[in-house]
Amino acid sequence: MRNTFAETLYKSATENPDVYVVVADISPAGSMAKFSQEFPERFINVGVAEQSMIGICAGLALKGCQPFAYTIATFSLYRPFEMVRDDLCYQNLPVTVVGMGAGVIYSTLGGTHHTQEDIAVAGAIPNMQIISPCDPAECTEATRYCATQKIGPIYLRLGKAGEPTFTDKAVDPWQFGKLRYIKRGTDVCILTYGVIMQKAMKLAEQLEAKGKSVSVVSCHTLKPLDRNGIEEALHKHKHVIVIEEHAPQGGLAPQTKQIAWDSQAKCRLDTFTLQDAFIHNYGSHDDLLAAHGLDLGLISAKVGAT
Amino acid sequence: MNTMAPRNFFDADQARDRCLKFRKRILDISQQVQALHIGSAYSCTEIVDCVYYGLMRRDAAGKSPDTFVMSKGHGCMIQYAILEDLGILTRQDMDLYCKPNGILGCHPDYGNPGIEASTGSLGHGLSMAVGMALAEKGRKTNGTIYVVLSDGEVQEGSTWEATMMASSLGCSNLVAFIDNNDFQSLGRTSHTHPSFYPVAEKYRAFGWETAEVDGHDSSAIFQAVTSRRGDKPLMVVAKTVKGKGISYMENVPIWHYRSPNPQEYKQGVAELEKAAG
Repeated sequence: MRNTFAETLYKSATENPDVYVVVADISPAGSMAKFSQEFPERFINVGVAEQSMIGICAGLALKGCQPFAYTIATFSLYRPFEMVRDDLCYQNLPVTVVGMGAGVIYSTLGGTHHTQEDIAVAGAIPNMQIISPCDPAECTEATRYCATQKIGPIYLRLGKAGEPTFTDKAVDPWQFGKLRYIKRGTDVCILTYGVIMQKAMKLAEQLEAKGKSVSVVSCHTLKPLDRNGIEEALHKHKHVIVIEEHAPQGGLAPQTKQIAWDSQAKCRLDTFTLQDAFIHNYGSHDDLLAAHGLDLGLISAKVGAT
Repeated sequence: MNTMAPRNFFDADQARDRCLKFRKRILDISQQVQALHIGSAYSCTEIVDCVYYGLMRRDAAGKSPDTFVMSKGHGCMIQYAILEDLGILTRQDMDLYCKPNGILGCHPDYGNPGIEASTGSLGHGLSMAVGMALAEKGRKTNGTIYVVLSDGEVQEGSTWEATMMASSLGCSNLVAFIDNNDFQSLGRTSHTHPSFYPVAEKYRAFGWETAEVDGHDSSAIFQAVTSRRGDKPLMVVAKTVKGKGISYMENVPIWHYRSPNPQEYKQGVAELEKAAG
């Protein structure tokens, strides 16, 4: 996903001379190196100075440019939070804050490098849009949107590297602000976003093996959330499952519950999230997710897929 | 105010008259509201006046290729008074300052006429100014960015990130001022951080060109900026007096925020009128 983002950004920069990338000391691998070599005046490395990274992006946008602030998620959103809020959101500037390796992807780096509550944090700010693509193909679509839109700031939550593609046979095209059915069924609907889509797809296979007809939905736009789309999913399926790599507060799960209550949905609703805890554990990304309870076996057992 | 060419002369007498007029205007508005950071506006009156009337270029229609950012947003009353004088803000805008249905508050808001960036929280303006300066260079629009910082604001870590960035990124089209009135909310800045002074040498160490001036001497401010070498960002450390121009306000911290009562207002007007001759 990281390489796809860089490649798409590079292409956008070739088409639009106002596309800038302001990075905070993150490795310019792959196409990001190409960007920096071909457009050195539009590739700005601020070093380890994230507050300035956001402020500079705001200044560029105030002069009509289309900047991307790019570094590891915790440093692009948490460290310069007030700059994100005041410089980008209060002024409503079309700057994309890229959160690389969001969630607990940096599984051996400890809690300082985890963004478990980023959607809650970013989503609480007026004017902020949030996109979290589930695979490289969605990352391409999302990056293109970010490079051309003039609505306001975006938090683009990305995985890291090596994610497979899930959306090549998706039912719906990618459209900002709309749920996207990867597959459409009638019994169970799995709502998810981001790289944990991989577990959702496996869970769908298990449910299908049990004879269920399963929808899998990429809720790639977390803000503004497609409330009508969620409501429809809640009313058209007997069982809705939310899986997200995010704290229990402020993400897709509580919002889905709220919509279910507001719309008097009758379906069964199960939600699986990270815990509201700093878990001192190391290992693979999967190991960290399992430590939080986001383990496919546990989820399967709970939803009756085993 | 009608040429795109840089000026080589700044009429100090006219500047003095304007600054007295602006101080009077701000004093008048102080009677409509509880609070307006009057002392903070008075300390940078000559600086902001010089930027708008001496340094920023303007075409015949009044449009400028240059940009002003009031990073010490709480001093914005002087910016508002100047924007009103330039016809960019209206008298009604000023009458509705800090009132329901008005557009002007105690800090500048981007989107309002003549306001190029929202500030108010300290430590934001310099980074935004760096971004603007880079955009001017990248797009070859050749604008100069002028930014006014408070001396308290220079205690923000983010200001030093931006300080490092401006010189490292070659922002020679950036001109910054520190309104060095030596006051912050809880006393004198030089007492809070004695090791911080003199400030100019810190900026030189960070790769800036610097100048030190009397911040109430309009000619000196103009001269410091127009005689710069221009190959680096410029920091003008302007020694100022908080509340400058009204005796009972000068160097008295309460005037950071308070509005004068009618008696104090009357005395203030009398002092300004006397100074105007």
